[in-house]
Amino acid sequence: MSVIVDYYNYWVVVFLMMAGFYTVIAANNLVKKIVGLNIFQTSVFILYISMGKVSGGSAPIVAEGITTYSNPLPHVLILTAIVVGVATTAVGLALVVRIKRAYGTVEENEFKDKDDLI
Amino acid sequence: MAELINLLLLGMLAVTALGVVFLKDLFAVVMLFGIYSFLSALIFVNLDAVDVAFTEAAVGAGISTVLMLGTLSLTGRQEKMSGHKTLLPLLVVVTTGAALIYGTLDMPPFGNPENPVHQHVALRYIQDSPQEIGLPNMVTSVLASYRGFDTLGETAVVFAAAIGVLSLLGLPKQDRAAIESGLESHLVLKVVAKIIIPLIILFALYVQFHGDYGPGGGFQAGVIAAAAIILYALVFGLPLATQVVQPGLLKALAALGVLLYAGTGVASFFLGGNFLDYNVLAADPVAGQHLGIILIELGVGITVFAAMLSIFYAFASKAERKNIQ
Repeated sequence: MSVIVDYYNYWVVVFLMMAGFYTVIAANNLVKKIVGLNIFQTSVFILYISMGKVSGGSAPIVAEGITTYSNPLPHVLILTAIVVGVATTAVGLALVVRIKRAYGTVEENEFKDKDDLI
Repeated sequence: MAELINLLLLGMLAVTALGVVFLKDLFAVVMLFGIYSFLSALIFVNLDAVDVAFTEAAVGAGISTVLMLGTLSLTGRQEKMSGHKTLLPLLVVVTTGAALIYGTLDMPPFGNPENPVHQHVALRYIQDSPQEIGLPNMVTSVLASYRGFDTLGETAVVFAAAIGVLSLLGLPKQDRAAIESGLESHLVLKVVAKIIIPLIILFALYVQFHGDYGPGGGFQAGVIAAAAIILYALVFGLPLATQVVQPGLLKALAALGVLLYAGTGVASFFLGGNFLDYNVLAADPVAGQHLGIILIELGVGITVFAAMLSIFYAFASKAERKNIQ
């Protein structure tokens, strides 16, 4: 039982990471690939935050009567990563929009013979 | 109890992810991804990361869902069946996953205070930062002061991403004739939006300036304020929104925020400290830290707001132009 409690978070992280990875390599549609990348990214966020958790700890904001705090460092790293993540996702989506305009499709298997269009 | 909630939420997250992988209707995929973001925000709360949860709820469930829907309106909502073989990707993924699971067995157990990750700099942040920086919220202290350099880089990345999107898609033109758009015929939406938009902006300001004491800060405030204007644009139409907050102004604001941040660093330079060393900004080091943190959080808030909103404008104007044609 303790093995499950000790590693459950990490296993779910691996599962999510692989679900995202699978979507990136197997999906045909570029928008779906970006959603897959986002799932991959979120799984890394959860990995970091899980590592920062201290059992019985509290959110790292000083309050009276609290002695144990969770580690604030992973929170800082991930907080900024989320906002940077949405900004880079926006760049990816903008590229998809331009690809749609240039090729008329966002399905990967329809690109093949259109390479010399531009 | 917390462990049980953790177990349950992570399970729901895994199921949602499976839904995203197997559904072909991209509208459903995007909506599920919104749910996925909300669930991960809940998990972050449960793992004590309140600031992170705040950001994830505003960004993941708000902005990225809107951007993805905007893209879908331009690219179509159905994923076509592919001739792809699924066996090879599945094999690669299962092998990688198995290797990673094997790797996790060497990791320190979840939640143990003796873990190496808690032994290094974290101790200093937790024990000394309330005296050194004078703020109860350690996340803000670390974000804005101890790792201020890092955050400057990240703000610059957000700025650069906005520039990238604008050069790919372009901003809407201001002078074109206003066209019937948005959801103006929906009376209930209009009334409700009018009531809650000022409250959202007020809340964004609270999050901006109370981030030193509670969860929040420039990143969250910028996103929330942008969400208020996005709601306005969705309900009352893009042309009206671009008159309220003009695209040209956003371009200037996005640059202004980064400049304010870097300028604070340069100011501490000239006052005899290191770059982004706020101690020298006021006679008392703690007061200097507080002043510096307020300034750079303001810079972050302005840049994030302007970047998020101009990115939305770029997508919305493309989608709108397509609908008119």
